Amino acid sequence: MATIDVNVNGANHAADVEPRLLLVHFIREVLGLTGTHIGCDTSHCGACTVVMDGRAVKSCTVFAVQADGREVLTVEGLEQDGKLHPIQEGFFQEHGLQCGYCTPGMLMTGFAFLKSGDDPTEDEIRHAISGNLCRCTGYVNIVKAYQYAAQKMREGGA
Amino acid sequence: MIPRSFEYSAPGTLNEAVSLLQKLGPDAKILSGGQSLIPMMKLRLASPPHIVDINRIPGLDYITETSGVLRIGALVRESDLEHSDLIRSRCPILIDTTSVIADPLVRNQATVCGNLAHGDPANDHPATMLALGASVIALGPNGEREIPIESFFPGLFTTALEPDEILTEIRIPIPPASSGGAYLKMERKVGDYATAGVAVQITLDGSGACVNAGIGLTNVGFTPLKARKAEAFLTGRALDQAAIKQASELAAGESQPVEDIRGSADYKRDLVRVLTARALNLAITRAKGGA
Repeated sequence: MATIDVNVNGANHAADVEPRLLLVHFIREVLGLTGTHIGCDTSHCGACTVVMDGRAVKSCTVFAVQADGREVLTVEGLEQDGKLHPIQEGFFQEHGLQCGYCTPGMLMTGFAFLKSGDDPTEDEIRHAISGNLCRCTGYVNIVKAYQYAAQKMREGGA
Repeated sequence: MIPRSFEYSAPGTLNEAVSLLQKLGPDAKILSGGQSLIPMMKLRLASPPHIVDINRIPGLDYITETSGVLRIGALVRESDLEHSDLIRSRCPILIDTTSVIADPLVRNQATVCGNLAHGDPANDHPATMLALGASVIALGPNGEREIPIESFFPGLFTTALEPDEILTEIRIPIPPASSGGAYLKMERKVGDYATAGVAVQITLDGSGACVNAGIGLTNVGFTPLKARKAEAFLTGRALDQAAIKQASELAAGESQPVEDIRGSADYKRDLVRVLTARALNLAITRAKGGA
């Protein structure tokens, strides 16, 4: 067993874990934060995406011990003071989901991608989400949701 | 999917890591980005009894230029490479290469050195490093040694690294003026391995003749391949369309693909021909200052 201390959504969580425990299982089963989904479990689909030290990563392909001492943000940490993050608002306004399975991953990729608050082209957005699979939407409304969020953040809504 | 149990160490220095490797022998496996190793462990294609995680070793995430040589440290992530101005200005073929590896999320974790050390002929950097004439630094109990990339891949999923050695750095001679390169990969979808991939790096002289050519091939053999006949044919020659056609046919002839779900051997060989010609044309345009 290894003792780890991970900052998740601003709060420190210490735990004794087996080295083989994957970060996604630590988040879902040890911390009970089930917003992060397990999809393909083979690092293809991106449903398990979380932001670790500012970078979007697939938490099914990271060991929990690797997150020791690091900052992890999950979908539960996006909302601040009862207010949706612009990327969440974008998905709400632009109907960026149907079944919602890929959504937490899409949101976390978007959070890391849009932080700079610039004005990405559709091509850049589609490139950014190329590691997140959605089987419902055809991506059209997801791209619109990203654009909505980018505009909102440019206007200082973040 | 849960990997088999393993012991875990996270040394704080390279010397500690080498000592661990020396003590544990073939039981140990190095974890850097983990984007190939962890999926293999989850599928139980690999079950190393001991993981030596080098991610806690400080100072290994550098990309520097010293005396005409680019140095890429063991913990440089693919996304670091993709966004490096130094790489973009000195060695843009690496931007071609990194941006078609897996997907942006995987590239946030995956390391460039790991892409070589994994020894997978389907990985993309080996072909580009062959085209660039790169070398790697291996650190072991007796210190460092420099291994030319040409002799780094002796067999399938095998590298020239000893069990107690760590690949600490990639060294790339910066291409001179009037050089151009391109890496082209045919993939069925984002994140797939190459059906075939071709890396071309050339240098032209004042008359437009080729003074140096490097060509590497991805996933068309049991190891990454260097297309030596095509390289030799191009060297000293004016790069007109007839020369490009003949070089691409030579490269196709040097490939050794096998049939799999991505296509027949004949299809892949022809893909090498087409991609080599396209990459040469793009490399020539870039050597002359075009995009």
